[in-house]
Amino acid sequence: MKAFLKYREIWLLAAIAVLIGLISTRFPGFADPANLRQVFNDTSILMILALGQMVVILTRSIDLSMASNLCFTGMVVAMLNAALPAIPIPLLIVVALLVGLVLGAINGFLVWRLNIPSIVVTLGTLTIYRGATFVISGGAWVNADQMSPDFIGFQRAAFLGIPVLSWIALLVIALFFLLMTRTALGRSIYAIGVNPTASVYAGIDVGRTKFVVFCISGMIGGLAGYLWISRYVIASVEVANGYELNIIAACVIGGISIAGGIGSVGGAVLGALFLGIISNALPVINISPFWQMAISGSAIILAVVLNARGERRQGRIILKKAETA
Amino acid sequence: MTDTPAPRHIPDRLDKPLSSAIFSWEALLVVVAIAIFAINSFASPYFLDPWSLSDLTFNFTEKALIAFAMALLIISGEIDLSVAAIIALASTMMGMAVQAGAGTPVLVAIGILVGLGCGAFNGLLVTRLGLPSIVVTIGTMSLFRGIAFIILGDQAYKGYPASFAFFGQGYVWWVVSFELVLFAVAAIIYWFVLHRTSFGRRVFAIGNNSIAAQFSGVRVDRIKFILFCLTGLMSGIASVLITSRLGSTRPSIAQGYELEAITMVVLGGVSILGGAGSILGVVLAAFIMGLVTFGLGLLNVPGIVMSIFIGLLLIIVIALPILWRRLRGGR
Repeated sequence: MKAFLKYREIWLLAAIAVLIGLISTRFPGFADPANLRQVFNDTSILMILALGQMVVILTRSIDLSMASNLCFTGMVVAMLNAALPAIPIPLLIVVALLVGLVLGAINGFLVWRLNIPSIVVTLGTLTIYRGATFVISGGAWVNADQMSPDFIGFQRAAFLGIPVLSWIALLVIALFFLLMTRTALGRSIYAIGVNPTASVYAGIDVGRTKFVVFCISGMIGGLAGYLWISRYVIASVEVANGYELNIIAACVIGGISIAGGIGSVGGAVLGALFLGIISNALPVINISPFWQMAISGSAIILAVVLNARGERRQGRIILKKAETA
Repeated sequence: MTDTPAPRHIPDRLDKPLSSAIFSWEALLVVVAIAIFAINSFASPYFLDPWSLSDLTFNFTEKALIAFAMALLIISGEIDLSVAAIIALASTMMGMAVQAGAGTPVLVAIGILVGLGCGAFNGLLVTRLGLPSIVVTIGTMSLFRGIAFIILGDQAYKGYPASFAFFGQGYVWWVVSFELVLFAVAAIIYWFVLHRTSFGRRVFAIGNNSIAAQFSGVRVDRIKFILFCLTGLMSGIASVLITSRLGSTRPSIAQGYELEAITMVVLGGVSILGGAGSILGVVLAAFIMGLVTFGLGLLNVPGIVMSIFIGLLLIIVIALPILWRRLRGGR
């Protein structure tokens, strides 16, 4: 039982349960399974993005360009769809993944080959990718009436009573779970975050792994680009402006250490859900949506304080063992 | 009594050969600045006009004020992403004070004090609780701007007194604006503090090896706390200038300034990993960013496209010396 309680995810899950309980006292229908499914669906895109960001943060890097990547890729697929409605949606998703991959690979290449700190690289590409969106679109919007019915309807179609968007999120979660727990790449990602120097001696190519990690976050950004645009049915330069910090916030609340090496798929998913529940709950319990920013800010600070205490305690235990030995 | 050898003279700083000055980061920035200046002069007939050049300075003075303090913070190995949110909160508080009938001196005091308070809050979280500053300030960034949104919603504060407009719109002499004078004074103060005082030396020491600095008797946490307060203070001052220049407050004021200030610092040659950098570099980077955005503005290039140039400039200027070293090193 004690070992069970050590997992951060359990505490986060408990916090979410308490949160849902509190909301239910004001709005009884909130804990309804149908409503919770809706919340999950609403949070799907953030969950996917948080997972992409997670693998980057685990390697002691950061990707600030994800939201700009989302914006650019979303614009590309929206314009493609507007120009050539005949392209089937699965092919468009492949295009989105590839465009995102290229943008992520640019980040990864600069980090890997030129050794520029990732925060600098992605700070630069953050503005470049969003600017590039303006260049390809000429500042024009792609509106709902220019998109094909398939483009908009694909993620809304229900399969076994659950929208395709939720299925995509579940699939991505499953893939990341396999990646992080069942593959050598996943182990390398953790190893680099815990100790980059030791990883080199263990035969891990740190630079190349970081490149791969940025490719992953790029692909995720691209996928989220299509999902975002088809969900909110408007593509413009302003799409997801500033959202990169929400993604990082979800990771931080999910217990992923910004110093690398600590974090899990479950944590990232729950961190995103936590933010998703708050943004879904505020309107139904009659709190102005203007409160959301301050609430998520407080949640981030609280999460960091709690996580830091947990990490420090771990450190002490190790020292005590060393003393008695 | 035995003869003790006379204490050997150890120079305070090593003599640098001229070649190192020529190949320094600052020299590269000067070349880039001159090149952009020349291109601008050719590209637009309106560029080489005293009033145009004066307008140009408004593009960077406010951000540069923050960038000076941010440079010290980044050199010490920390970062503050909440500066733009501090501007928004300080501006909102000033707006509230205006509704209550406060005069200009009170407004300025409120702006600066709110900034200082926010900076101290960041500093406490980072130094007292030992939290990573990048995460803390992502949190406080949402918190500070969130409070501004709670107070203002989709409203705006207006009706600032006429005398308040001087800070962001006034001129001290001919084309020299108040903001430009403040920028110059701040540059000199920060240059002196960082490069000519023991405090500055300690900032570098912390950035290079905070543990070694601690064992050398440097009060690491106290200095970091002071640096966070300074960054908050400068954000408060910037808030006064921006609010005065715009004459109104919305919660979305100064959105994205944090990234531009950090870009300025990094472009100025401050290592994002801490421990290295100079104020001269930041000053030059401020001019370069101002020149690029203003020059492109004269050519009717939209702001969002300008940001591509800033982003490219950031990556290219950082990548160039690395590539150059690699080519010379034959690898």
